[in-house]
Amino acid sequence: MSYLTRRALVKGGTAVAAASVLTGPALLEWAKAWAQNAPWKPEKGAKLSMLRWKYFVQAEDDAFVKLIEAFSKATGVPVEISRESYEDVQPKASVAANTGTGPDLFWGLYSLPHLFPQKCMDVSDVTDYLGKKYGGWVESAVQYGKSGNKWICVPICYSGNMVNYRLEASKKAGFSKIPDKTDGFLEYAKAMKKNNTPGGFALGHASGDGNGWVHWCLWSHGGNTVDKADKVIINSPETAKALEYAKALYAEMIPGVASWNDASNNKAFLAGEINWTDNGISIYVAAQKDPTKKNIAEDMDHSFWPTGPIGKPTELHLMYPVLGMTYTKYPQACKALMAFMLEADNFNPWIESAQGYLTHCLNAYDKNPVWTADPKRAPFREAAKRSLTAGGLGSVGEKAATAIADFVVLDMFANYCTGREDVKGSIAIADRQLKRIYR
Amino acid sequence: MAIALDSRPMRDVTAWNQLKTNRNWLAIWFMLPAAAFLILFLAYPLGLGVWLSFTDARLGRDGIFVGFENYEYLWEDSIFWLSVFNTLLYTSVASIIKFAVGLYLALLLNERLPFKAIIRAVVLIPFIVPTVLSAIAFWWLFDPQFSIISWSLKKMGLITANIDFLGDVWNARWSVIFANIWRGVPFVAITLLAGLQTVSPSLYEAATIDGATTWQRFRYITYPLLTPIIAVVMTFSVLFTFTDFQLIWVMTRGGPVNATHLMATFSYQRAIMSGYLGEGAAISTAMIPFLLGAILVSWFGLQRRKWQQGESND
Repeated sequence: MSYLTRRALVKGGTAVAAASVLTGPALLEWAKAWAQNAPWKPEKGAKLSMLRWKYFVQAEDDAFVKLIEAFSKATGVPVEISRESYEDVQPKASVAANTGTGPDLFWGLYSLPHLFPQKCMDVSDVTDYLGKKYGGWVESAVQYGKSGNKWICVPICYSGNMVNYRLEASKKAGFSKIPDKTDGFLEYAKAMKKNNTPGGFALGHASGDGNGWVHWCLWSHGGNTVDKADKVIINSPETAKALEYAKALYAEMIPGVASWNDASNNKAFLAGEINWTDNGISIYVAAQKDPTKKNIAEDMDHSFWPTGPIGKPTELHLMYPVLGMTYTKYPQACKALMAFMLEADNFNPWIESAQGYLTHCLNAYDKNPVWTADPKRAPFREAAKRSLTAGGLGSVGEKAATAIADFVVLDMFANYCTGREDVKGSIAIADRQLKRIYR
Repeated sequence: MAIALDSRPMRDVTAWNQLKTNRNWLAIWFMLPAAAFLILFLAYPLGLGVWLSFTDARLGRDGIFVGFENYEYLWEDSIFWLSVFNTLLYTSVASIIKFAVGLYLALLLNERLPFKAIIRAVVLIPFIVPTVLSAIAFWWLFDPQFSIISWSLKKMGLITANIDFLGDVWNARWSVIFANIWRGVPFVAITLLAGLQTVSPSLYEAATIDGATTWQRFRYITYPLLTPIIAVVMTFSVLFTFTDFQLIWVMTRGGPVNATHLMATFSYQRAIMSGYLGEGAAISTAMIPFLLGAILVSWFGLQRRKWQQGESND
């Protein structure tokens, strides 16, 4: 799959875009030259193993395998890749960190390195090198990447979660795009339901889509689970406001969202049952691929999340950092591989192959043609810049990860929206759980 | 003989030699592999689980002993009590219905039916299908948007909007209970059928000659002779239902709002998903008294016969 279009070539005046068409022998030549000049020289006889999250798009994994092959050929370092569902990388990495054996590199989810910061290699030299070369890191990536003053992982990419909506139905309801304020969005939801073209956000235990929207809702109204010092502050008037807003929105959603998991809204959107929801770019990609769903691909677009009373974006996107374990015998080879992955000649074709599922954390890659080839992908380009970190104001470590994995905020919203608990009750339950997690 | 023994050169008989040849010890040697197996794969994990519940272990990290802290927390945790309630409701309703339907099916299959062998095989299908697959099938059947049940009822004009099977608290509970019953009935039915076939036909003949009605034959012959099997089958059925995990995890993940969280799924959620191994272990350990209770009830309540001790029925 090549993205070598005329437009890409014209734009390719910049080195970044032109490099994105390096494949086959050219890639190998480049890789060899890179290996000669790279600041990190792999140890003699080095071999690496990496555990990564399992791909969502086959093309992305193919491009990644190519990239790794080029690395192996250029440096002579064989790399063994294993894949796990993204939720399972964390327990495996924890056990490896604890026992001191296992893969040299782990590529997992947002706060993974913060579960065992002292077991992660200091990769500040790699991130410095990359940051200087590629226009600097986005703010949230710095937060995820650093523990104290040193970088304990290399942020590779984000997977964005944006509002997906149908164009025609929205127009009929009087909206040409998703309103940029939460109040406007509620009006939009009302108008859409009135026209019998409702949408919905998942309120079941949906790790991605469910957590995505409830954190947006909480933060956009000024609510927070914890403050900067990790003190639990969920019990606040702002949280109550967020809950009221969510309940009003819930009333305008299609029935059944309380049982939705991560796949439910994809199915419903692709079947034309719902007209707005939150998701990665997967619905769009699936619609493009399926000839019978072409009309949906043409009649949909993506939007940023509306901003709430606090007046700035409050989105939660998933970050994928790669970390090297301190127990590795080949730290230089690890660093070389991390840097290699993010070099333009490798990263550009790889992120292109992901078709918008993945967003870069280095500013220079804003120019990648993947974002301009199809304007409907454009919102996802900003995912890394607009994302807050897990835990909101608080630390990005284990506690924040636990609170998300345990669906504390999601259940608080579900409790109130479905009428199982009143405002006080649902906040009290979350408060108690958070206090235990953050004790 | 004694003289012959005396003439032998004296040799120390060590304790080890005695153990090797002693007949009483021989039994122990034979039992050792089985005991080792049980200790390694049953007692040790169970003991470890109980021990973990007294620590604050996290996933991938050892904990320290915290006494009853986990239990104290759970005691005041509304979600934990909700999961206990859900588990008891799920187990009792599903088990009773599984027993009733299973017994009915068994009696039916015990009659002279055409294609008896095929029908018996067909009945087993829900039990043969891997749980995860049947759970996914039910997940589709109960989908809020694509449920074929809602669709059919709508086409027939009986309802106007889709039924929210898994999104509404009570609908979700009945839906997962239904799925469990569907899956569990064959086990009960086939096992009871095996029991029915051990009842001697001559008893029925004698009763019929004495003028017993169908109900009387069931009440005074079938039922008493079936009791031991019922006790066994219901014990297993209750245990399986109580510890059910896959159905719930695939269909609802404990939702909506934890309304279908069983203790098993809740334990997994806390221990593996959230990483609180100690607390998850405490939830699992809390299941043990319930399970022991269930076993005792069926053993002593349903089964007063000496059959259990291997003596003849009386």
